Amino acid sequence: MEKMSRVTTALGGSAISGRTMFCHLDAPANAISVCRDATQVVVAGRNIFKIYGLEEEQFVEKLNLRVGRKPSLNFSCADVMWHQMEENLLATAATNGAVVTWNLGKPSRNKQDQLFTEHKRTVNKVCFHPTEVYMLLSGSQDGYMKCFDLRKKESVSTFSGQSESVRDVQFSMKDYFTFAASFENGNVQLWDIRRPDRYERMFTAHTGPVFCCDWHPDDRGWLATGGRDKMVKVWDMTTNRAKEIYCVQTIASVARVKWRPERKWHLATCSMMVDHNIYVWDVRRPFIPFATFEEHKDVTTGIVWRHQHDPYFLLSGSKDSTLYQHMFKDASRPVDRANPEGLCFGLFGDLAFAAKESLISGDSNRKPYLGGDRRYPIFFFKKPDLTEQFAHVSSALSVFESSLESKRMDWFVKTALLYLLGGKPFAELCDHNAKVAKELNRPQVSTTWTMLRLMFSDPANLSTPGPNNISKLGNLPLMNSFSMKEMGTESRLDRSKGESRQDNIHLEPGNSLINSNNDENEETEGSEGQAEYMFGDAELDDDDLYSMEHEIQAVEEQEYTLPQEAFPLRHEIMDNPSVPEHLQQDKADSPHASGNEAEVMCLTPIESLSLIAISQPLFSPHLPSRFFCPVVREMLSHYAEQGDVQMAVSVLIVLGDRIRKEIDDLTQEHWYMSYIDLLQRFELWNVSNEVIKLSTCSAITCLNQTSTTLHVNCSNCKRPMSNRGWICDRCHQCASVCAVCHHVVKGLFVWCQGCSHGGHLEHVMNWLKSNSHCPAGCGHLCEYT
Amino acid sequence: MYSLALWHQILQVSKVDLRAQSIFEDAFAALGRLDNISLVMGFHPQYLESFLRTQHYLLQMDGPLSLHYRHYIGIMAAARHQCSYLVNLHVNDFLQVGGDPKWLNGLDGAPQKLQALGELNKILAHRPWLLTKAHIEHLLKAEEHSWSLAELIHAVVLLTHYHSLASFTFGCGITPEIHSDGGHTLRPLSLSQYCVCDIANGNGHGNNLEERRSSHQVSGEVEVLMERMKQLQECRDEEEASQEEMATRFEREKTESMLVATAEEEECVQSRDVSRHFEDPSYGYKDFSRRGEHVPTFRVQDYSWEDHGYSLVNRLYPDVGQLLDEKFQMAYNLTYNTMAMHKDVDTTMLRRAIWNYIHCMFGIRYDDYDYGEINQLLDRSFKVYIKTMVCSPEKTTKRMYESFWRQFQHSEKVHVNLLLMEARMQAELLYALRAITCYMT
Repeated sequence: MEKMSRVTTALGGSAISGRTMFCHLDAPANAISVCRDATQVVVAGRNIFKIYGLEEEQFVEKLNLRVGRKPSLNFSCADVMWHQMEENLLATAATNGAVVTWNLGKPSRNKQDQLFTEHKRTVNKVCFHPTEVYMLLSGSQDGYMKCFDLRKKESVSTFSGQSESVRDVQFSMKDYFTFAASFENGNVQLWDIRRPDRYERMFTAHTGPVFCCDWHPDDRGWLATGGRDKMVKVWDMTTNRAKEIYCVQTIASVARVKWRPERKWHLATCSMMVDHNIYVWDVRRPFIPFATFEEHKDVTTGIVWRHQHDPYFLLSGSKDSTLYQHMFKDASRPVDRANPEGLCFGLFGDLAFAAKESLISGDSNRKPYLGGDRRYPIFFFKKPDLTEQFAHVSSALSVFESSLESKRMDWFVKTALLYLLGGKPFAELCDHNAKVAKELNRPQVSTTWTMLRLMFSDPANLSTPGPNNISKLGNLPLMNSFSMKEMGTESRLDRSKGESRQDNIHLEPGNSLINSNNDENEETEGSEGQAEYMFGDAELDDDDLYSMEHEIQAVEEQEYTLPQEAFPLRHEIMDNPSVPEHLQQDKADSPHASGNEAEVMCLTPIESLSLIAISQPLFSPHLPSRFFCPVVREMLSHYAEQGDVQMAVSVLIVLGDRIRKEIDDLTQEHWYMSYIDLLQRFELWNVSNEVIKLSTCSAITCLNQTSTTLHVNCSNCKRPMSNRGWICDRCHQCASVCAVCHHVVKGLFVWCQGCSHGGHLEHVMNWLKSNSHCPAGCGHLCEYT
Repeated sequence: MYSLALWHQILQVSKVDLRAQSIFEDAFAALGRLDNISLVMGFHPQYLESFLRTQHYLLQMDGPLSLHYRHYIGIMAAARHQCSYLVNLHVNDFLQVGGDPKWLNGLDGAPQKLQALGELNKILAHRPWLLTKAHIEHLLKAEEHSWSLAELIHAVVLLTHYHSLASFTFGCGITPEIHSDGGHTLRPLSLSQYCVCDIANGNGHGNNLEERRSSHQVSGEVEVLMERMKQLQECRDEEEASQEEMATRFEREKTESMLVATAEEEECVQSRDVSRHFEDPSYGYKDFSRRGEHVPTFRVQDYSWEDHGYSLVNRLYPDVGQLLDEKFQMAYNLTYNTMAMHKDVDTTMLRRAIWNYIHCMFGIRYDDYDYGEINQLLDRSFKVYIKTMVCSPEKTTKRMYESFWRQFQHSEKVHVNLLLMEARMQAELLYALRAITCYMT
């Protein structure tokens, strides 16, 4: 603010004002520059070289510098710069390699002052010294930078960038003698103007050409560079090694970069190709532009802040032959349109979800943080201008961890070992498996087994199913369950628990379930250890904010959608026309579950109730078991698709012929193969073999028939023995002789891997009881495992 | 191959140069063959490496076009210049990746999508400056057989690659490998014919002797050239041509380049086998220059490969921009600081003159170049060679190849060919990419 007032006085009492406006140029612009007092702008291009006055409402053409009947290539400008001390002085870089200075004070029409034709190739950039009147620097395609004293006819010194083309040169704002040069090969060099023999320091800033660089107007050590690799990097030059402190990734190669006056972190960029917009970035927020100007219809070639102490006016020239003045207040703010929501799966099945707090905080359960809103520190309020900050979006991050069991796949191994797949009556198998599943805390699977028993077994044998079993149905299958890292307060959890209890009062079985469920949640929470996650989206002008700890009030959202997806038996309800009216009502309500998670919590129990209600009347001795087959088929497919191929295969085996014909062979084979593969990966060879044996698929059972041959080589001649395992056809010797009894071993042969002597299993075992050396007398200390 | 001597040199190079050898081995492993193009390029292993990497990426790696499309586009492009060598090479590849043999009966047999590309192929090969936004629009407009931008870029890169490769093939007189189909040439014999028989029956050898003899008479050619380069270097600072003069020089060079007669022979009879892949065979660079149309000037400062072309290609077809950029730079900067028997010569000026002369033929102008230099450095026979090779490579003759720079080594002539090829490719690409940029804005 202080600086602003100083500027105002410098302007003679009238602050800069204006509006977003533009004017048509006759030709595409290559570069623009403003004079010191911000009242005039010069536009230069291949076929244009004009000065426009900046008035309140419009641009007014002041002067056309392109004079002469057939203007020479000296007028074909690649760059232009208006001297910041001397308001009559301009310099241009011509595409033919000339550096030209112009004196507006000349009385004649042709204002050309000096002409330097020392460069052999196109001059890409000219730059006046910020404080020295007569010093001009140029950088050219031929790899040289030249420093001119405007009082002399020739350059005073030449700097060689070692044969690489120079794309930009910039005098440092603060260090009198220093300038930076950027090169086509990706390097940036720092030079001392007094030492033309060697650069002071060089570093590689980008891959591919560095098109532009700009010193920070206030901070002496900061240099921003932009390159063809679509990046803008900010370098801290105060340290020994240039350190990259910020990096902004844009969507196209960066042609120009200009720091925004009076805003430490902001810079404006425009691109060379494809993208026509001008972006203003806050370097600390590299993922989304702070502001965007979208007026140009072709690539923007020149950008310049109108006044060196005014951050609200930006001028730009473009290939579309227009000159624009952009007002900052008219800029579009991409952040307003952005959705600050994110969802991501972790390596081990954890799920992180971040969303605007306002979206999540809609529920009444939120407990406001005691002691005021700590997220907005007191110093924040000293800047009342909200348009100058990023929109404040505070997001809540919730991390849903998949529970330990599902991570470890323990359940899979245990289930595989404990399941009974045959050898007992059907009902017993089902009961046993249901029990196994229940013990492993997989209630849904357990219930499925129970249901299967009900559906397919002889009605006479029916014993009442444990109500507890069915009520457990409401719980999630473990492999999909997430227990959430609760980052809110305990009291909130209690409260939601209480509410769900109230809601569930009418569901006798569900009641106990919810309680136990919540208790479980709490347990896992404790065991997993607390971690605080924060996602500070608020944007302030100070770093402190970023280190500040947020109290994240995450919400318990874990069962928002998943339970419905994971609930397989719903198909049954939909298929069945006899669903009672009130149950359908419930169902219709459930997808619209509001943000109140208490309601969500009770959602599944309601459905479980409906299941009971349906299955009970449906179960009648009149219904043949085949009636259920389509349902079971769907259920199996559902399990398989969910990834629980174990369940699918186990049921397939247990049900046997009851279901086999319902499912096409290829699918069955596919399930079997997947399950066997899984089992073998867990090294459950026995189970895998049992499955193969019990399978009714011909393609599977034949698995046991393959690879049953053991190839042996003769111990004398080292050739494979084709006919019999104990006598070699070739050397007619008995290959495998027992070292103890010296007879041929036909059958089980055991040998030491160290000395390769051995013999009958029992002979060797006996031998080793009393000796530790090899029975063949080779002196080896045999080892058997 | 132009002569046995060239073959001998190639073999020697590959024996001596370990790098070339290992590249040959890699190429052989990747392709299952080692084509003559790679062998000839083996004179310049650094370049060859870059070339093979690019070509491999364009033909085999991830890209918007399917494999058989790529080869078919290669065939279309090579056929435009009646380069039976490249056509046959890619017909085999095309069939190998499962291409439909029916397509090979002619462009009519190919899908409409590829037929639409025919026009672009034609213009790009002969008069790229006529390419406009409208052509691009036509290809991209949302219809059943339309192209996507990424596909189009891929196709454009392939087309330009094979146009320029055809130039190289003719320029070096590369003939089919003996074992491959058409090893005994599908082209009807004409006066300008040179083919595998050069190698087979040693024709080249006889000519070679003759050449040796005549080369004595022109000895000193190299020295004259070097002297001129030196002069230009020295007097550049003193003599300052006016801007008008510079512009006139460019225009003169451009017009002149068009008047340089390409080949003395009559219109070459086209082999039926090859010409069926494109339409309108009479359309060529020559026609145009005879009518005396004006080539509009393209200012490289307004649309350059480094700044604009690269970004566009890399955006739509990732990594290819980088590969091409490396290849161009490699070709442009390649030097051994030798000229014929002289060592430690800075050839920058000569290389730049060749490069800019080719761009000049396409109407591409460098503001910062004095086109007067070209006249000083490139003599008429060399200009004829360049002109023929770039604009109508099928008319290149062995005589032309031998008549320029008689004292230079074969490897140096191959080097020149590489320059010509890359400059041509860049020129075509610049026009095509500019049209696409215009379309996008």
